[in-house]
Amino acid sequence: MRKFIEGSMAVSESVKLCRPDVVAAYPITPQTHIVEFLSQMVADGDLKTEFINVESEFGAASIVLGAAAAGARAYSATSAQGLLLMGEVIFNIAGMRLPLVITIANRAVSAPISIWNDHSDAVIFRDAGLIMLFAEDAQELMDMHPQAYKIAENPEISLPASVNMDGFILTHAFEPVDILDQKLVDDFLPPFEPVYKLDVDNPITMGLLAEPTWYMETRYKLKETMEDALSIIEKVADEFKEKTGRYYGGLIDTYRMEDAETAFVAMGSLVGTIKDVVDTLRAKGEKVGVLKIRSFRPFPAEKIREACSNLKQLVVFDKSYSLGLGTVLQEELRSCFYNRKHQPIISGFVVGLGGRDVPPQSLIDAYRKTLGKEILNEFVDLNTKVLGG
Amino acid sequence: MSKPILLTSSPGTSKVNKTGGWRTLVPVFKHDTCNDCRICVTVCPDACIFGQDNEYHPDLDFCKGCGICAYECPVDDIDMVLEVK
Repeated sequence: MRKFIEGSMAVSESVKLCRPDVVAAYPITPQTHIVEFLSQMVADGDLKTEFINVESEFGAASIVLGAAAAGARAYSATSAQGLLLMGEVIFNIAGMRLPLVITIANRAVSAPISIWNDHSDAVIFRDAGLIMLFAEDAQELMDMHPQAYKIAENPEISLPASVNMDGFILTHAFEPVDILDQKLVDDFLPPFEPVYKLDVDNPITMGLLAEPTWYMETRYKLKETMEDALSIIEKVADEFKEKTGRYYGGLIDTYRMEDAETAFVAMGSLVGTIKDVVDTLRAKGEKVGVLKIRSFRPFPAEKIREACSNLKQLVVFDKSYSLGLGTVLQEELRSCFYNRKHQPIISGFVVGLGGRDVPPQSLIDAYRKTLGKEILNEFVDLNTKVLGG
Repeated sequence: MSKPILLTSSPGTSKVNKTGGWRTLVPVFKHDTCNDCRICVTVCPDACIFGQDNEYHPDLDFCKGCGICAYECPVDDIDMVLEVK
């Protein structure tokens, strides 16, 4: 059934279809609508779940950790400062191998306070053992949540997964969305079968102290599992395609890359803007395409190298910046080409921090600067008048 | 595919894992001026002081030598002594 709904509504409808046993989240802009819709569904009797009001995101994350440990399918959502407050618990959820899904409505991190979109909040968690998927539009968000649960709950994976959506750009924009059929989702996503759980009849302690004789092995297993997740993410996307006909690429997606010499690389809703840019440039006969990173963790280095084997250059547009290093996605792409036979020229631009608008023309201007040379860490559309001396 | 390591333990492991080895100082109960106030029993963070009627002893399998019992003893009947093994 096709409905004209807000991105946040698409997420809450999708989460409802996944039949979560426990939902715990603390309101924070721009995530708030997702949880508001879910609580309304519970109040209306449309969603049977344990909806737990919490005092903070630390509480929300701790409750979904406990719920997953008890064998429940758990869900939370947050943004920026809220995600940071969840931080310690997220590392624990991953280390304890507890699968659940957290939607991150991506927002800039304070200070100064910004409630608007960029990816600074999410990329901090690249080392947490959290699977990180980025969606481009409301339909992909509708389709990504059942996939995220299926990936996370795979007994070979058993890790938390995050679905990232651009704050406001996706959370608050209305789009026509094909709502999934409950039977289809039930068929695609069977009830959660935990690899281990708390049980009063067979008591165990989880989250133990690991002495130096154990810790390294548990981290090694996390490394292996993240590598295994690469193929699982693709398998799940293929399975979803079989059921619905919709496919966004598993780990990455490409657009007009057939004979491309340059690829624009980005994550999230920016990919939609870039597709328009590519159409414009293609109409002028320029050989450009789009490489969309759908899975940021695990990072699909092999897939990216395959997709870029005929490219001369990559132009990466990042909505985050690792202070003291450079643009995040660009750095990761660079390292996946280091010391390889084929090394395209890689340029990296920072766009849209703290909700700064990203007009297509700015992307085209940035691209024009790169022709034949490498440009790094350039902030696009910077207002130099306010920078002072 | 790699199976996760699931670190779990059965109940009661704190009894099995003897932690007395962490100790540097050991409490010596002198049984001299003890007035049976049982403050040492109450304040021991490891709950490992046992006894009755002026006769109290630490369970050295678990005592970590923190010295709280000696510090709190109102009649100075417990000494902390460097333990030589």
